[in-house]
Amino acid sequence: MCLSIPSKVVKIDKESNIATVDTMGVQREAGLDLMEEGDVKIGDYVLLHIGFVMNKIDEEDALASLETYKEILEIMDEEDRQRAILEDDECPNRGN
Amino acid sequence: MGLKLKNLYDDFRKPDTIKAYAKLINDEAKKLKKTINIMEVCGGHTHTIMKFGLPQLMPSNVKFIHGPGCPVCIMPKERIDHAYTLAMQEDVILVTLGDMIKVPGSKGSLQDARAKGADVRYVYSPMECIKIASQNQDKKIIFFAIGFETTTPMTAALVNTVVNKDIKNIFFHINHVTVPEVMVELIDSRDEHVDSYNNQIDAFLGPSHVSVISGSKIYDKFPKDYNRPVVVTGFEPVDMMEGIYMILKQINSNRCENEIQYNRVVSYEGNITAQNLINKYFEKVSLFKWRGLGNVPDSGLKLKDEYSKYDAQVIYKDILPIDEVEDHKLCICGDILRGMAHPNECTIFGTACKPSSPMGSCMVSSEGACAAYYKYGNLI
Repeated sequence: MCLSIPSKVVKIDKESNIATVDTMGVQREAGLDLMEEGDVKIGDYVLLHIGFVMNKIDEEDALASLETYKEILEIMDEEDRQRAILEDDECPNRGN
Repeated sequence: MGLKLKNLYDDFRKPDTIKAYAKLINDEAKKLKKTINIMEVCGGHTHTIMKFGLPQLMPSNVKFIHGPGCPVCIMPKERIDHAYTLAMQEDVILVTLGDMIKVPGSKGSLQDARAKGADVRYVYSPMECIKIASQNQDKKIIFFAIGFETTTPMTAALVNTVVNKDIKNIFFHINHVTVPEVMVELIDSRDEHVDSYNNQIDAFLGPSHVSVISGSKIYDKFPKDYNRPVVVTGFEPVDMMEGIYMILKQINSNRCENEIQYNRVVSYEGNITAQNLINKYFEKVSLFKWRGLGNVPDSGLKLKDEYSKYDAQVIYKDILPIDEVEDHKLCICGDILRGMAHPNECTIFGTACKPSSPMGSCMVSSEGACAAYYKYGNLI
């Protein structure tokens, strides 16, 4: 019930207050009744719920999260690399 | 790099990132002094947990307690009987959302009513009622509204349109419920039985889209008055892993706060336009009966008295049944909704009760905990 689909706004009909959004290639209409007038613009990412735009997705915050995840992965890769070197150094059969 | 729609799907489900968080969670869990039970309030979270096999990634001292956040599951049979009775009126078209039509009441489900000739329709959006109303002007369209804070503003938007356009043949049976009140109930009912239950709730993963509407402000009291950390978390598996990590970090650093992981859409204040629309048309009811939980104070909404001419519960009060209805003796949906039992502890789970022939609401709704265990249960 509470699930929602990230979508991108491709068209806005001001008269009917309805946006056309693209959800991974599928276009559908969504009411803008729950959004402040003029708040949603073409190109915005939005969350869609039972026929309405329920909020905008903040692009900067989304990118910041993805950047954090990238950094965590890089740190872990580095740790794995260090561990592999260490294990190699300590390997009793080294050089045999 | 700019954000692409694909990033919003794929990057929050990336296996490498999930594994990285699993490692961080396991490292953090080593510092815990006791087992931590985390309640994911929302049924959407329960599904992510099961679909992506998150329990297997957790250390043995971090456990999930599934919460009651499935609006179809918590609907007591009395209210389904209301819907059934309304649907059976000759001049009524009963409209509702999704799985609601499959849940059995004491007289049967809305699907059964339809088999007996009732006009029952389920729609993707409440706004479809407007088209149905204009095509059936000799009929009364009753929208049987269900859902948490996420879905309430969409019903309010329909009420707003009906009032503004003076549409005379759309009415409402309101069954909207609110999350913080039931969280309080869940804490209180456990704290009273502190000796007999060993699954106290230590922290909450706050619902994703309830919080988009209401803002994270609605959870302030949990760290403050109940000493439970809350982290409002998104629905994707990476979101959830990060949310769990944030809870463990709070506990290990002796913090107890109301935080947001899902900050790309949730703010502290929430969607004020949506909140204003809700407040314009709805008010709290003093008691709302939840399946399995009983009467929970201030947890339900109704149309304000000034809009009572649209309220099916007022218009049809003489024919709506008021009898209390018991649940099936073998069904433990009540305990599951209170987080006291897991679906696989039910004797009829997967045998007498399946998605194709459900006995309890948690199996009927595709969002229910039983449906999640049935669909993805081979993972555990």
